[in-house]
Amino acid sequence: MSLASNTSRSNTAPDIETFHGSSLELKNLTMAYGDIEVLRNVNLTVKPGTTTCIIGPSGSGKSTLLRGVNRLHEPKSGDVLLAGESALKVNPDILRARIGMVFQHFNLFPDHTALENVALALWSVKKMSKAEARERARRRLAEVGLAERADHRPRDLSGGQQQRVAIARALAMEPEVMLFDEATSALDPELVKGVLNLMAGLGRRGMTMLVVTHEMGFARKVADQVVFMDEGEVVEAGTPGDLFDNPKSERLQRFLSEVL
Amino acid sequence: MDWFNTIIRTFFDFKAMAEVFPQLLAVGLLNTLIISIAATILGVFLGMVIAVMGISPSRWLRVPARIYTDLFRGLPAILTILLIGQGFARLSQSVFGPSPYPLGIIALSLIASAYIGEIFRAGIQSVDKGQGEACRALGMSYAKSMALVVIPQGIRRVLPALVNQFIAIVKDSSLVYFLGLLVSERELFRVGQDAAVLSGNLSPLVMAGLFYLVITVPLTHLVNYFDNRFRTGRRRPAAPTSGLKEVKELDAASPLITGSNT
Repeated sequence: MSLASNTSRSNTAPDIETFHGSSLELKNLTMAYGDIEVLRNVNLTVKPGTTTCIIGPSGSGKSTLLRGVNRLHEPKSGDVLLAGESALKVNPDILRARIGMVFQHFNLFPDHTALENVALALWSVKKMSKAEARERARRRLAEVGLAERADHRPRDLSGGQQQRVAIARALAMEPEVMLFDEATSALDPELVKGVLNLMAGLGRRGMTMLVVTHEMGFARKVADQVVFMDEGEVVEAGTPGDLFDNPKSERLQRFLSEVL
Repeated sequence: MDWFNTIIRTFFDFKAMAEVFPQLLAVGLLNTLIISIAATILGVFLGMVIAVMGISPSRWLRVPARIYTDLFRGLPAILTILLIGQGFARLSQSVFGPSPYPLGIIALSLIASAYIGEIFRAGIQSVDKGQGEACRALGMSYAKSMALVVIPQGIRRVLPALVNQFIAIVKDSSLVYFLGLLVSERELFRVGQDAAVLSGNLSPLVMAGLFYLVITVPLTHLVNYFDNRFRTGRRRPAAPTSGLKEVKELDAASPLITGSNT
């Protein structure tokens, strides 16, 4: 495959493959830091291949919820079902290889090139040969428009480019679900749209996505379901139309009046 | 000018210095370097083990590492060297033979490993938590994420501190003479001291001191060089580019990105 490094549009465009996102279900999920419960009895169903946006003020437990899904922070009680099976009963390392996560601050490995960032988990976790890993990494980078930046280190990339490397890194593992934790909050304003469009494209191709975001425009246009959280609870959930045009709870009304 | 002549005779008796020079070079310098480098290599390995134990989630690893560090950092080097060098002399004799040289190296490396362990621990803990989290989120185990991503970054940051530690080890290596070295095993200090007894003045020790400085001073400057270079890092030289250029690039990229209506 020679997809890399050609500027003409037809050549850089990889075959559009579709994803096979899995369903995700949270059942009475409760999470705590020490004795302080930051998430209480959250129930949430994300159908395969759909996008759910989580909105809410800071301190509402949005990020904690994402970290409970892939067990970066172990839930206190309740259950997480990935493709119908309890995620809390499997080895967390195996679970996390099935769930991609993109962070607010990218968290790229600074001493690795973009290509090595994407390839690292492929050979160290998926046990691919290094050549195979690099080949797939190159393809994934091309998909996010960074074929020509493959040999750059993160500090030589813009924030938008770094976040696209991070997305490519997560996608290369062929996850069943993607988690986005305020993925555009740290970006320069003119670069936000590019990353959001990339995320929207993943959704259209069938990825199951759970997106914590402050981009209300994105939530409204791309989400199949929007969830409003406050103080560790789901206050309201429904279609974007339901929440944005017809907010029922007083808290959501107040929140929207502040951010829109 | 009597005092001036006294000072010259005491510290800068060139004849005595010239006499001891070949010995310092062939025996003293060689042994000082062998002892220091061997102790540093052992100390780095042991120190890494101590550091990894010290940040382990398990208290059964953390507590022993803490005690070890407190013990060897808290005791005077000379005391540790004597305790180990004389206390284990018999055991050492059956393993290494009659020379106390290997025991001296081991004692020095135990002391060094306590300091180096703390240096590594500080370096590893200074790596942004997001690095480990990114690894774990990709499905890497704790051990893998430490070994492949976190520890290498931590080590890079503490290279200057490690060079400083090597300088300290070079100086501490002089203490090994307390264990009573064979003539051919004497390091710089011992060679200088023996010659000073013969010459009746301190010039041979001054000469030995110069040898130490020849090792340590360039290293000190190497540290500064390292420090500057690692702090600023190497960047690709590039003129500032407009963010709008990247937007255009993106639009021209792939169907994954374009064609959305957001």
